Amino acid sequence: MADLRADFLGIKSPNPFWLASAPPTDREVNVTRAFKAGWGGVVWKTLGLDPHVVNINGPRYGAIHGSDRSLAGFNNIELISDRPLGINLQEIKAVKQAWPDRAVVVSLMVPCDEASWQGILPLVEATGADGVELNFGCPHGMSERGMGSAVGQVPEYIEMVARWCKKHTRMPVIVKLTPNITDVRFPARAAKAGAADAVSLINTINSIVGVDLDQMAPMPTTDGKGSHGGYCGPAVKPIAMNMVAEIARDPETHGLPISGIGGISQWRDAVEFMTLGAGNVQVCTAAMVYGFKIVEELVDGMKTWMDDKGYERIDQFVGAAVPNISDWQHLNLNYVVKAKINQDLCIKCGRCHIACEDTSHQAITHTVNGERRFEVMDDECVGCNLCAITCPVEGCITLEQMTAGVDPRTKLPISGTYANWTTHPNNPQAVPVE
Amino acid sequence: MGINSDGGDTASITPNIASGRISAQQESDNFADLHPLLTPFQASVEADRCYFCYDAPCMQACPTGIDVALFIRQISTGNTTGAAATILHENIMGGMCARVCPTETLCEQVCVRNDKEGEPVQIGRLQRYATDHLMASGKKVFERPDDSGKTVAVIGGGPAGLSCAHGLARRGHNVTILEAREKPGGLNEYGIATYKTVDNFAQREVDYILDIGGIEIQTGQRLGQDFTLDDVRAKYDAVFLAIGMGGVNALGLAGEDADGVEDAVDYIAELRQAEDRRQLKVGQRVLVIGGGMTAVDIAVQSKLLGAEEVTMVYRRGQQQMNASTYEQELAQTRGVNIRTWAAPQDLQMTDGKLTGMTFARTRLDNDGRLVVTKDTFSLPADVVFKAIGQKLVSEPLTGGASAVALEGGRISVDPERRTSLADVWAGGDCVVNGEDLTVAAVEDGKVAARSIDTFLQQGA
Repeated sequence: MADLRADFLGIKSPNPFWLASAPPTDREVNVTRAFKAGWGGVVWKTLGLDPHVVNINGPRYGAIHGSDRSLAGFNNIELISDRPLGINLQEIKAVKQAWPDRAVVVSLMVPCDEASWQGILPLVEATGADGVELNFGCPHGMSERGMGSAVGQVPEYIEMVARWCKKHTRMPVIVKLTPNITDVRFPARAAKAGAADAVSLINTINSIVGVDLDQMAPMPTTDGKGSHGGYCGPAVKPIAMNMVAEIARDPETHGLPISGIGGISQWRDAVEFMTLGAGNVQVCTAAMVYGFKIVEELVDGMKTWMDDKGYERIDQFVGAAVPNISDWQHLNLNYVVKAKINQDLCIKCGRCHIACEDTSHQAITHTVNGERRFEVMDDECVGCNLCAITCPVEGCITLEQMTAGVDPRTKLPISGTYANWTTHPNNPQAVPVE
Repeated sequence: MGINSDGGDTASITPNIASGRISAQQESDNFADLHPLLTPFQASVEADRCYFCYDAPCMQACPTGIDVALFIRQISTGNTTGAAATILHENIMGGMCARVCPTETLCEQVCVRNDKEGEPVQIGRLQRYATDHLMASGKKVFERPDDSGKTVAVIGGGPAGLSCAHGLARRGHNVTILEAREKPGGLNEYGIATYKTVDNFAQREVDYILDIGGIEIQTGQRLGQDFTLDDVRAKYDAVFLAIGMGGVNALGLAGEDADGVEDAVDYIAELRQAEDRRQLKVGQRVLVIGGGMTAVDIAVQSKLLGAEEVTMVYRRGQQQMNASTYEQELAQTRGVNIRTWAAPQDLQMTDGKLTGMTFARTRLDNDGRLVVTKDTFSLPADVVFKAIGQKLVSEPLTGGASAVALEGGRISVDPERRTSLADVWAGGDCVVNGEDLTVAAVEDGKVAARSIDTFLQQGA
């Protein structure tokens, strides 16, 4: 039976599913409900200094919907906690006392001076919280005041603040990174250089989620105006996973604990993040759409998958995919696949044909002997996967490896050997093969 | 009389034909819209099911070639007006066709969603969603160009005639529709079952079509009675015949004129025009002879009007019925019995009033021909509806200088719907291979309008 217990920086939780610092972790009542539902931990919604910030009184959230109102992407312009610091601290203490087996980490965002950090850290420590997460990520509102992503976009600031925090608290320090940068490895390296214990990522992405074409204003709209917000939800998962993987495979940060965040909606998402190097995961949007009960699916789904695959503990698969993340130049150019259409599963919608015909390699028929029929022409197929992606029937189109013979497209024999771009004759910088 | 192997004692029943068998509430429930308009949310969910197929099979299956995939995509993106325009450009009666087309044997039958789910995209209901939206908005899709100065007579204001008239008007020609009845619309107005076209839809659609301008309707003008084909050929530059099938096939049995033996099409017309349907007289035990759409329509509506027992009797099996499986199931779920493999033999009368009918059992012989056996049975009935098909009233077309070539009792036309006369076109139920479908009639009118337009331009 799979054991889902997690130990992240010595912070123990019954499962690796934490709620991210956000509205779901704003107050005791929410967090208590979350723990009752089964969440392994929370990162308390970001605390700032008094006087507390205020939020707008209009809509704070926007969204991109898919078919049947399923939520693809979500954005918000909410700020950090808009309650007095003292109330938050009292509630954190109460929650931690009531739920000693759960992880309670506190997110912090104060001005970029040592005194501010030195001042707040002991207050948090006194609550019995398990750790702190430095919010260097929020891209809206607070960043205009020199906090949030304004700090996270400058590696030197990250390193400086992380060092202050390590100096003024015994608690583990997690640095939450913003994706609104060009190369996430630099802020991650800075966090490590500042002696942070871990990084968590991603925070939200700068975004305009839509335009109200009647008001001619970005959404969500406040009195005819809108400001950019932070984008999250399923749509950002690929971006987040790449950033997690970049840090996991960077020789300078390899081994730095990572808390994975970004569009995690079901157990498979969580497992994917963890195989890319995340020691645990944080969830927000999915809970905001469906409520806390989704943790039951997350826990049971991961458990079932682990049992099926023979994993007993989560550390057995954390980082398992990292060795297989490669630079493009090292991909095997001698690996040849061709699309195959299973005619028994084909419903003859023709989407594969028109996608290939209009936008790719003209490699799929639409009629064979006068009948509506879709077949791959191997002499044109480059194995690009577009047809399999457009096909509405899962498993109908598969990419099959050629292991022998001649590729009818290139007329080159299928070679069992490995060869990549670094040695390819078309590469001006190619290194001759010995 | 043959072997009375089952059925009741037909001689002993007392004919019971009466009005007011249902309450006002029942009347309103029974004749409510069969498939109510989808809500915006339902339409959005349903539209999202469309795969936007390449060379979509639904489009190929549509007799008018509506670009189904495109209009559904337009609905899914919130462009309902554009969706309706896509529909109406191919089929000006897209609204009625959305209600009456046997989609289960046309577009929806070939939907690729059937393959894995057994549930096609509800194309008909989405089409109605788009066209109803447009009609409610009052927006115009077509602009009539400058007057061409050419005139065309369209004989018959049903689907084929109206489609042709609109096709000509949108090309600038001047059209006069000569309609025999009081109202235009043809079978849309007088034929189709009430619950398929509620709220006076047929007339509203006619109004929308006529709104383009350039079309004049003269009602009460019956070919062969009020004017001749010679008259209109002399007066107009071209003629389109869309006269439908005015005659009803007879059973060929003694007593066919007796009280209680009725033509289904007449009763349906009466039902459609009734101010108060509860005042219509309805039998207690109703037999419907036939297996097509008209038979289903009269059987179901008799039941809805309060008939106690309604039985459709057909000479062959359910598979051979012209009514689709969907229509047959509609009849059965409304409480209509369907009896197959039975041919009419005799009408039973008592004091000149119908009391029942005798049928002979039929079967197919080894060559697949229908054999009427000597094995008979009788069913009690106060009313028998004849719904065994209609026929062209050809007399006005056969005499004089304007004789039109016929084939198998219908008007012979080429693929452009030209008749044997150079200035006369024809379409709808009155032509050979007419499919008895509104959508096919609309296509005939559309194709003919194109051909007439070419003819008029060449003649200029």
